[in-house]
Amino acid sequence: MFLLGIVSILLMFLDHRENHLESVRHGLSVVVYPIRLAVDAPSRALSWGAESLSSRSRLLEENRRLREERLQFLARLQRMEALQAENGRLRALLDSAPRLADRVLVANILSVDLDPFQHRFVIDKGGSDDVYVGQAMLDAGGIVGQVTRVEPFTSEAILISDPGHATPVEVNRNGLRSIAVGVGDSSRVNLPFLPNNADIEVGDLLVSSGLGGAFPSGYPVARVVEVERIPGEPFANITAQPTGALNREREVLLVWNQPAVQQSDPAGELTEPGAEPPAAEPQVTGSADGGSQ
Amino acid sequence: MRGHTKIWPVLLALLVALSLEVAPLPASVDILRPPWMALTLIFWSMRQPGRFGVGVAWTMGLVLDVLTGSVLGQHALMLALSTYLTITFYQRLRVFPIWQQTLAVTGIISLYTLIGFWIDGMTSDLDGGVLRLMPIVSVLIVWPPLYWISDRLITPLMRD
Repeated sequence: MFLLGIVSILLMFLDHRENHLESVRHGLSVVVYPIRLAVDAPSRALSWGAESLSSRSRLLEENRRLREERLQFLARLQRMEALQAENGRLRALLDSAPRLADRVLVANILSVDLDPFQHRFVIDKGGSDDVYVGQAMLDAGGIVGQVTRVEPFTSEAILISDPGHATPVEVNRNGLRSIAVGVGDSSRVNLPFLPNNADIEVGDLLVSSGLGGAFPSGYPVARVVEVERIPGEPFANITAQPTGALNREREVLLVWNQPAVQQSDPAGELTEPGAEPPAAEPQVTGSADGGSQ
Repeated sequence: MRGHTKIWPVLLALLVALSLEVAPLPASVDILRPPWMALTLIFWSMRQPGRFGVGVAWTMGLVLDVLTGSVLGQHALMLALSTYLTITFYQRLRVFPIWQQTLAVTGIISLYTLIGFWIDGMTSDLDGGVLRLMPIVSVLIVWPPLYWISDRLITPLMRD
């Protein structure tokens, strides 16, 4: 018993501090994979049943709605083509590198409950699909999280609402940069590093700033729902609501960020997703604010 | 109990326990999820202490660590300790009346939960506070029916 206790403490130390045990974890995760699939099976069967038993009129209705949506999106896309060409020309004028198109892949969330106090989940894509640690995940509404651990067939991901996660964001209206920190509630994130006189209002859209290299820039993250300015405090109390459906989605999009940016920016290699951005960002926020004063 | 007994009921019970540990539950009930693996291991090590050692518990703990994505070794330590305690006291645990047995098992699970609480506190940002101790309460509710059913179910199975 003593021996095993010491071995476990050693294991925990090696795993947590040194990340030496990836191979052990990979081996065991193959054993665990069937269990995850088995646990996921009932809810999968249920959604499949609901799909195949739903009535013809409902399917027709859905089909009509999707057709309408598609038409709208196609119309928007036409404008997008022109804008992209214009953007390319302007970037050439400014001598900056053109943006690469992001590669994406749809992944299913396995309905496997991990720790109830952490906002983490398992997706059905892993190392065999070139998923990497730190990869951004989106849904139809915006950024939902990033990959924290890659196993051969599955990966673990963390939501932006986990208390250990911070997302570098900027206000879409004026480019004011800050950090959105999770609070353990999937309906809100906090912006703790903005001073009282920062130009931010209720309803402002926060998009990913691309700083830190983990998330591609320009994707919506959250919308500000509450700005509380307490005169005696140095920082305003700002709450935002994530635009992505953090706890309702069954599918997420994995995005491959430009690899060149990843390698040139060491901050992009997040080992502990929550730990690094807050350390690096407050200075950025401060200087941005100083410039605006 | 002695000699040649079947292994598959044990394996099945362990597999079911592993699945229950991660089975999807509504968020409001999720914090009440009993530590199924620990309960299963306590049950079996109480019945067959010679065969069901700390080593098995430790190995299952490693599997559970990978399954739930916790720090490798966390559940291994927690399960090994609770199994060790059960094996130390198994003769008393087996003859206890059911309410006393439930209290004893709850005691072991409290230790299990508190160690988990500690390790979580050391390795990650802690969230939830006292709610993290809710599994202890659910063990109080779950253990008597679980023991009764498993006992009725497994005794004829093991006897062949």
